[in-house]
Amino acid sequence: MAEMTYLQAISDALRTEMRRDKRVFLMGEDVGVYGGAFKVSLGFQEEFGPWRVLDAPLAETAIVGGCTGAAIMGMRPVAEMQFADFISCAWDQLVTIAAKQRWRANTPVPMVIRLPSGGGFSGGPFHSQNPESSFAHIPGLKCVCPATPEDAKGLLISAIEDPNPVLFFEHKHLYRRIKAEVPEERYTTPIGKARLHREGDDLSVITWGAMVHTAGEAAQKLEAEGVSVEIVDLRTVMPWDRQAVLESVRKTSKVLVLHEDTRTGGFGAEIAATIAEEAFEDLDAPVKRIAAPDTPVPFSPPLEKAFIPQVDDVVAGLRELAEY
Amino acid sequence: MAIAREAEPVGSLHEVRESGLDRADLLGIYRHMLVTRGVEERGHILYRQGKIPGSFYTGRGNEAASVGVATAMGADDVGTPLHRDMGVHIVRGVEPWRVFAQYMGRVDGPTHGRDGNVHMAETQLGLIAMVSHLPAMLPVATGCALAFRIREEARVAVGWFGEGASARGDAHESMTLAGTRKLPIVYVCDNNQWAYSTPSHLEFATEHVADRAQAYGFEGVVVDGTDVLAVYREARRAIEKARGGGGPTLLECLTLRMEGHAVHDDAFYVPKVMFERWAESDPLERYRSWLRENAELSDEEEDEIASDVKKLLNDSLKRAEESPLPDPAGLTEGVYATPEDLDTPHHK
Repeated sequence: MAEMTYLQAISDALRTEMRRDKRVFLMGEDVGVYGGAFKVSLGFQEEFGPWRVLDAPLAETAIVGGCTGAAIMGMRPVAEMQFADFISCAWDQLVTIAAKQRWRANTPVPMVIRLPSGGGFSGGPFHSQNPESSFAHIPGLKCVCPATPEDAKGLLISAIEDPNPVLFFEHKHLYRRIKAEVPEERYTTPIGKARLHREGDDLSVITWGAMVHTAGEAAQKLEAEGVSVEIVDLRTVMPWDRQAVLESVRKTSKVLVLHEDTRTGGFGAEIAATIAEEAFEDLDAPVKRIAAPDTPVPFSPPLEKAFIPQVDDVVAGLRELAEY
Repeated sequence: MAIAREAEPVGSLHEVRESGLDRADLLGIYRHMLVTRGVEERGHILYRQGKIPGSFYTGRGNEAASVGVATAMGADDVGTPLHRDMGVHIVRGVEPWRVFAQYMGRVDGPTHGRDGNVHMAETQLGLIAMVSHLPAMLPVATGCALAFRIREEARVAVGWFGEGASARGDAHESMTLAGTRKLPIVYVCDNNQWAYSTPSHLEFATEHVADRAQAYGFEGVVVDGTDVLAVYREARRAIEKARGGGGPTLLECLTLRMEGHAVHDDAFYVPKVMFERWAESDPLERYRSWLRENAELSDEEEDEIASDVKKLLNDSLKRAEESPLPDPAGLTEGVYATPEDLDTPHHK
């Protein structure tokens, strides 16, 4: 085991796979000489050379489309969007081609798109978004949203191994903030299996990404008040672990669905609907959702704080549920 | 003023032999062009019989362009042909009965009824199935070339687009990436002068689409897309240049779309004189005359090829009509690939 930040764990996973499998290459803006905007691929070009760590033109369509073609030709591309927000420029390549090619034309597209996502540092409307629900809605894509360094490594390796287009949402606010012991050897973490972040008896929180840690802090406060909170970290929103969610709901009978993305049509809506369909009789309270309001992500600190669900917001939501 | 090189027509048999074609190849090209047109003519009849759901598109007028380029490709080269490029499928070896099955949404079409018209490809023949967002295939073709370059394989990708599709950013981004990396790719522009009802001068402001190539750092060539041997010669040059490390070429094949955008469209907006002028250089008729004048194509040979193609198409139609419609029970299968799906020649 070695202590790694979330960012180091991502870097470690990518390096591990690039050493192991010659078909894996990285393409993105400034990923080579500069090592990526967040330094995930620092030193990679020296180790793997300029044709496996490619500085692409500022052209997301060409990056994602290029990776799609290379994947069809047997490579295992990893594309880096400098910010998750820029994936909008490559929508067609991802949604129109990569997602549908297996079902439509029996042509698998094994590739990973790394998406530095999320807010919390005044990135403003175009450097802070969490677009996972848009892509979870597209049949053929997988969406992975790790919350811990250990999962970041294991899930990235699984994503690279996966025969499908996988969107890997790496939360920027976790990059250097979260540090933990990570196995040094290669391992995979299955896509589609949730993780029990915290065991509890009274309330369930279903969440993923950076909100796992927000929920964790809120749960500690509730513990002091004598309320036991269980936190289910989905790890991946497509596919998502219905079983784990329903088990937790059946155990506690009260559930909060929490995400950093905006509320309407956010992935939490799908989870809430599924709970209503599958576990209605087990509920002692209506399913509660906490999410960002339906606005673009704001820039100025007080506005951003009002936008991203805070620990206090979660504490208040959990208290309401506890008292119901 | 044109910047791209304007290719000369092909003259003598001697010149053609120099480009690597023997007489059997020449007759093979003729046959492929006949099959290409025949498949689409039969498809049109099927459509009128109500046997084809949705709409129906043909590449009439583009047979020389599609067959010429595909003939110049190597067995391990790959391409992303579009809906005017039936000739590419035919040359690469897609069996006509499977095309008819595709048109009719039957299980034996390459997409098993999951997608329609020419949205199909046989991956093992080195083709990747197109999407309706036509220029979106260019980055994919570019990515194939990137894979070849990374692995240092002597293979070439061919990416097709129309002059209409040239307007979109995908074309620009692809050519920017391919130009900067000198990738082994040939961009083939089927310039049939009409993007649905919109004429070329509202799609691009240069004389030729191929004039843009210089701005991306590679060569642009314009060729008469009704002259199959000139198309072949220029495509071969471009493909072998790419294979040898010489980087991309933008090859523009100038034709006229001889029918509407799709069957519902009577193309009233195309001036009659334009149709009349281009009908005089019908690709099949033009090549047939050339063969008679330069390669001693006899009446007997011509009849033999024609009746052989007719039989192929008749048999193909019959076989396709016997193909069942897909079972809805399988609708949700295969949305996601399994590791076993990667057990293909491309992934080994």
